[in-house]
Amino acid sequence: MASSGCCPLPDRLTDTVEMAHGGGGRMTAELIAGVFAPAFSNDFLNRRHDAALLPEPDCRLAMTTDTFVVTPLFFPGGSIGDLAVNGTVNDLLCAGATPRYLSCGFVIEEGFPMESLRRVVADMAEAARLAEVEIVTGDTKVVERGRCDGVYINTSGIGYVPHGLDIDPGALAPGDVIICSGPVGCHGMAVMSVREGLEFSSPIKSDTASLGDIVHNLLDVVAAPKVLRDPTRGGLSSTLNELAETSGVDIELDEEAIPVDPEVRSACELLGLDPLYVANEGLMLIAVSADEAERALAAVRRSAHGSRAAIIGRVQPTAPGRAPAVWLRMPLGQRRRLEMLSGEQLPRIC
Amino acid sequence: MAMETLSPCDPAPWRDARAMRGLLDKIAARVSRPWSIMEVCGGQTWTLSRYRLETLLPPEVRMIHGPGCPVCVTPAEVVDAAVTIAMRPEVILCSFGDMLRVPGTSGSLLRAKAGGADVRLLYTPLEALTIARDNPGRQVVFLAIGFETTTPVYALLLEKARKLGVENLSVITSLFTVPPAVEALRADPDCRIDALLAAGHVCAVTGLEPYHDLARSLAMPVVVTGFEPVDMLLGILRAVEMLEDGASGVDNAYGRVVSHDGAVAARQAVERVFEPTDNLWRGLGLIPRGGMKLRPDFEQFDALKRFNVSTPVSAVASPSEVCRAHLIMKGLEQPADCPCFGRQCTPDNPVGAPMVSAEGVCAAHYRYNN
Repeated sequence: MASSGCCPLPDRLTDTVEMAHGGGGRMTAELIAGVFAPAFSNDFLNRRHDAALLPEPDCRLAMTTDTFVVTPLFFPGGSIGDLAVNGTVNDLLCAGATPRYLSCGFVIEEGFPMESLRRVVADMAEAARLAEVEIVTGDTKVVERGRCDGVYINTSGIGYVPHGLDIDPGALAPGDVIICSGPVGCHGMAVMSVREGLEFSSPIKSDTASLGDIVHNLLDVVAAPKVLRDPTRGGLSSTLNELAETSGVDIELDEEAIPVDPEVRSACELLGLDPLYVANEGLMLIAVSADEAERALAAVRRSAHGSRAAIIGRVQPTAPGRAPAVWLRMPLGQRRRLEMLSGEQLPRIC
Repeated sequence: MAMETLSPCDPAPWRDARAMRGLLDKIAARVSRPWSIMEVCGGQTWTLSRYRLETLLPPEVRMIHGPGCPVCVTPAEVVDAAVTIAMRPEVILCSFGDMLRVPGTSGSLLRAKAGGADVRLLYTPLEALTIARDNPGRQVVFLAIGFETTTPVYALLLEKARKLGVENLSVITSLFTVPPAVEALRADPDCRIDALLAAGHVCAVTGLEPYHDLARSLAMPVVVTGFEPVDMLLGILRAVEMLEDGASGVDNAYGRVVSHDGAVAARQAVERVFEPTDNLWRGLGLIPRGGMKLRPDFEQFDALKRFNVSTPVSAVASPSEVCRAHLIMKGLEQPADCPCFGRQCTPDNPVGAPMVSAEGVCAAHYRYNN
């Protein structure tokens, strides 16, 4: 469709992203007007200021940032667009914040299909709608073909932290209970299955989701959860190791209590990976004191993304002279240490 | 790969806690004196550590961890040759995941990748054929490491490459034959082993015949054993029963996978492409007939010849001043005896090969026994 003189913003976007789309000139304006603005439309963005002017809040602010790089960009259960919103939203939630505003920065490879960009942006818009956040400012850069892998996205987020709510990653104490909001390893294995061409009768779907409902329901019944943490890269084991180290305590998990889907277990088996080290994008680890555990578990299970939540372990004192550690208790009573992930998780030869 | 192919391999029954308990009770009831049993394969060492089986066994049963996995015993100089070849701009260097982290004398393949080399992690060597056909202007090199289990796949790869006329594919071989290495271990006067757990997947290819020869030569029980915890405990039980009865010979405790004749077609393929050779095992040194090399008829696929790279034999397998890998891999010492273990030498920064692969005895101990 050719642009006509009566339309101030031409609607004939090219089929692929070109270097000039990041140049700051006419084509950048076309890209914003044709792709980003309609999807993300809100009062802050629509003013087209250099910076979003946000209202003065009556509380503390939480701020976080994350950059998203994933191959493939689209996978069963979601896309890089979902991850870019949900990842940052979940980080805010872990600080006890109500997520409010996001920024987004795109680095796009020259030649990237415009249709794919529209899909990514649409996924971001939908994820933002579900998480009740607004994307209030953004930036686009285009790099030469081969200089990035399709598209990279950075999002930063601001959330409001209610007065009196203080979630401290160093607050774990012996006796506290660890709740896991759902089955582990789904995101990582969804992506790996696509990469490695594994087919399952029911495909493994990424768990990517914003978890506001879990935190909301939890805070209804537990005034002060000890710790909230989303176990993304490095999986459950690495995240719990970080928490154990920060608080100077041991954590003991019950192997049989940790939810793992059979498809995820099979895919891990085939590829020589351990589901406890595989990435999650819609999972929350919650630590509460023992007397609040059952109440907290019931509240998490009432949430859309927490119906399969389980109590998976307990905090214990670290033995004198030993470094804090995470342990896995197996059915015959023997226990082994779960290390922090070392480097990348590499498949074993046999 | 479809889901149907997975279900027969469902490992759940072989990890069943009640089955494990039953076998542990039988072992405890039968054992009357101390026995040292060596598991040959790193996959079995990994299972012992992963399930902490040694903490469940009666104190009389001492497990000695043998040479390990092909990743662990591949000499550093082979890694060096692979790194040298990988740095050539026309080369796509492929191998298995845990091989990429193995340190040579001048860095690993992962480090070469970070330095710009095109290094790719594959799940099966046959993928290399596809990559070679998709990249006719490049040279695809597979770092082909393995025990008898993996060697047939390389034979298949090279026969296919020849049949399809794929010329831009070659291999660096580091292929091991297990029985001669076990005999060499046993010949060491310090090495005290009463019975041997043979690696089930190796026997699935070789069949039982070579192990009858081995059992005769060692005059001890050799039990063909699988890799899940129930398999392992069954292997240990059979070994204890034979030891208590004063018996020697071969027992097959992995009958669901291993047949007497093994995989005849796979062995025939290996024989067409490879021939026995004296081979260097990292930590153990030169083992007569301890490996396989390309037959002259297949030397066109030899990457070392194609790129004129040599492995300096003089430096090979020289034990480090501090790292005790060579003693640990002979079962003479435990990882915790090594002054490096857990200090300079960790999975993040491995000094010796057994710390590199997840199946290496030091890595398994570090991960699960700390």
